[in-house]
Amino acid sequence: MSLLSQGADLAAPSRAQRSRAEPSVASVGDYIALLKPRVMSLVVFTALVGIAVSPGHLHPVLGFASLLCIAIGAGASGALNMWYDADIDAVMSRTRTRPIPAGRVTREEAFAFGITLSVGSVVVLSLVANLLAAGLLAFTIFFYVVIYSMWLKRSTPQNIVIGGAAGAFPPMIGWAVTTGSVSIESIVLFLIIFFWTPPHFWALALIKSDEYARAGVPMLPVVAGRAETRRQILVYSILLAPLGVAPWLMGFAGLTYGIAAAAAGIVFLALALRLYRAGDDAPRAGKAAKLLFGYSLLYLFALFAVLLIENRVFALIGADA
Amino acid sequence: MAEDHKDNGEDGIVLTDEQRRRRRARSIAIGLALGALVVLFYVVTIVKLGPGVLRRPL
Repeated sequence: MSLLSQGADLAAPSRAQRSRAEPSVASVGDYIALLKPRVMSLVVFTALVGIAVSPGHLHPVLGFASLLCIAIGAGASGALNMWYDADIDAVMSRTRTRPIPAGRVTREEAFAFGITLSVGSVVVLSLVANLLAAGLLAFTIFFYVVIYSMWLKRSTPQNIVIGGAAGAFPPMIGWAVTTGSVSIESIVLFLIIFFWTPPHFWALALIKSDEYARAGVPMLPVVAGRAETRRQILVYSILLAPLGVAPWLMGFAGLTYGIAAAAAGIVFLALALRLYRAGDDAPRAGKAAKLLFGYSLLYLFALFAVLLIENRVFALIGADA
Repeated sequence: MAEDHKDNGEDGIVLTDEQRRRRRARSIAIGLALGALVVLFYVVTIVKLGPGVLRRPL
């Protein structure tokens, strides 16, 4: 049985609740929810930074149109993810109110919506920017939907490590929009998000491990245990902290960024260490995991925000970063 | 929700007020999105090709 047919056979509650022949009860908000707006906002932001720090000039209109394509492409992959994972979403408290498990949108509608937006965003980006950027966007959608959602998520505890690449591509796409190429700088931005993803998601998985176990998703805490997850979070945090400073060390970010990234990295490490040391003390470990999860979001946002401010605002006012 | 609509035989499915309201909202959203795309494609064309787009050989 192919992965696709396997996915289609999974009994999504929406199918039982509403057949295709019945009138749609979906609101506009349901279709927006299919795009995973919060994930989309991070994608747009990191892609914007990729565009901003890249050398060369890009007309603002073309920059806006490219970002829109990247945002729609990211949203499309979110809709396709919800199409495939409706069965998992239905048993997790965090996701059971999503449009498909709640029965407001059918899987077929979500699939059609996702495919249409995927093709549209890639084609338009190829016309607005270039083929490389469009190819990277297409690969990102493919990676997230097929490699992560259909294959890795249900088969290995390394799912979010490898699958994290999908979330790491946007700054690289942004860089490719302006330059038409992929350089070592854009690869470093990719690597920062790539190594940030495991501690971020495993912190969440520690909090929600029971739900992942019930849904049959082999997240690391479910398969290897909480202690091993805490150890791996620490290992990835040790790799991430110096990587965060790399843009300054490599010369495409200034001293302001270097100091901010070093300080933020030390805090990240301290929180990962605190989680590691929490051991089997459940309330303490849970609190430490929540703190790390929240801080990880702030960390990534802060790093890219400083990079953006330094490159654009400091350049405008002529200050030396 | 979905079961609220009425199926009155030969006339087919009659939408409830809520279903009608949501369909109208979806239609308006699709219309606005298409309108925005028309504007976007026009502006991008002008930016990429410049005023020369009007002076091409026919």
